[in-house]
Amino acid sequence: MMLELFIVSAFLFSIGLAIVITRKNAIFVLMGIELMLNASNINLIAMGGANGQGVFFGLFVIVIAAAEAAVGLALVLKIYHHYNTIELDKVNELKD
Amino acid sequence: MMSDWLIYFLGAIAILSACYVLFTSNLLFAAFALVLTFISIALLYLVMGAEFIAVTQIMIYVGGIIVLIIFGVMLTNKLGNEPPRSGSHNKFIAALVSVSMFGLLCFAIVQMNFSNDMIGGSLLQIKKIGQVLFTDYLILFELAGILLLIALIGASVIASKKDAA
Repeated sequence: MMLELFIVSAFLFSIGLAIVITRKNAIFVLMGIELMLNASNINLIAMGGANGQGVFFGLFVIVIAAAEAAVGLALVLKIYHHYNTIELDKVNELKD
Repeated sequence: MMSDWLIYFLGAIAILSACYVLFTSNLLFAAFALVLTFISIALLYLVMGAEFIAVTQIMIYVGGIIVLIIFGVMLTNKLGNEPPRSGSHNKFIAALVSVSMFGLLCFAIVQMNFSNDMIGGSLLQIKKIGQVLFTDYLILFELAGILLLIALIGASVIASKKDAA
C-alpha cells in the first residue's frame, strides 16, 4: 500500500518537473510547481510518523503552497503589465 | 483488499489528469484537469485516513489556488475568440530529466523497507489535531499565520497597478 502511494507520488513529481521545464507560459509553470508540492505532500502524509507528525507537516506545506501561489500569480500579473506577455522565453531583459 | 484497489484507481486518475496538464496546450483545460488531480489526491488522503488533510486540500487547492490560477489565465490573455494556448519547448531535455528523476525516485523507493504498514492519520481525530496544533506546534501555527498575512499584503502590493516608488 505504501509502495503504490510512493510510486504515484514519484510519477506526479516527475510530471510536474516536466511541466516546469517544457512550458513557456508562466502560469503553466506555476501549475507544475503546485503538482510537485502535492506529490511531496502525498509522501509526507503516507509516512505519517509515530505521532502523526507527517499530517502536520503536510498541513504546513499546504499553507506555504497557498502563499506561494498568491505571490507567484501577483508576479505574473506584474510581468504581464510590464512586458505584455508571460511567455517566459520572451521575458529576457532587465530594462525596457 | 478494498483500499488497494481504491489507491490504484485514484492514483490512475491523478496520473492521467496530470498527463493531460502536461500534454494539452489550452490553459483553461489544463486548470480544470488540475482540479481533477487535486480532488483525486484529496480522496487518496481520505483512503489513507487523514480526513482533515483531505478537506483542507479540497478547500485550499480546489477552492483557492485553482481559482487564483483561473483568474491569472483570464487576466493575462488578450481579449478575443481564440482560446488561451501556449506552446512548449525543451521537450527532449524535459523527457530526459523527468524520466531519470522518476527512475531515481523509484530506485530509492524500492530500496526502502517498510517496517510498519500504514500509520497514516487514522489515529488522528480532528479534536486531537486541534489540541496538538495549539500545544506542540503553536509557534509554527502562529508563524504560518504571519506568513499568510505577509503573502497577502505582498501579493496585493506587487500586483497593484501604480508604481510604488
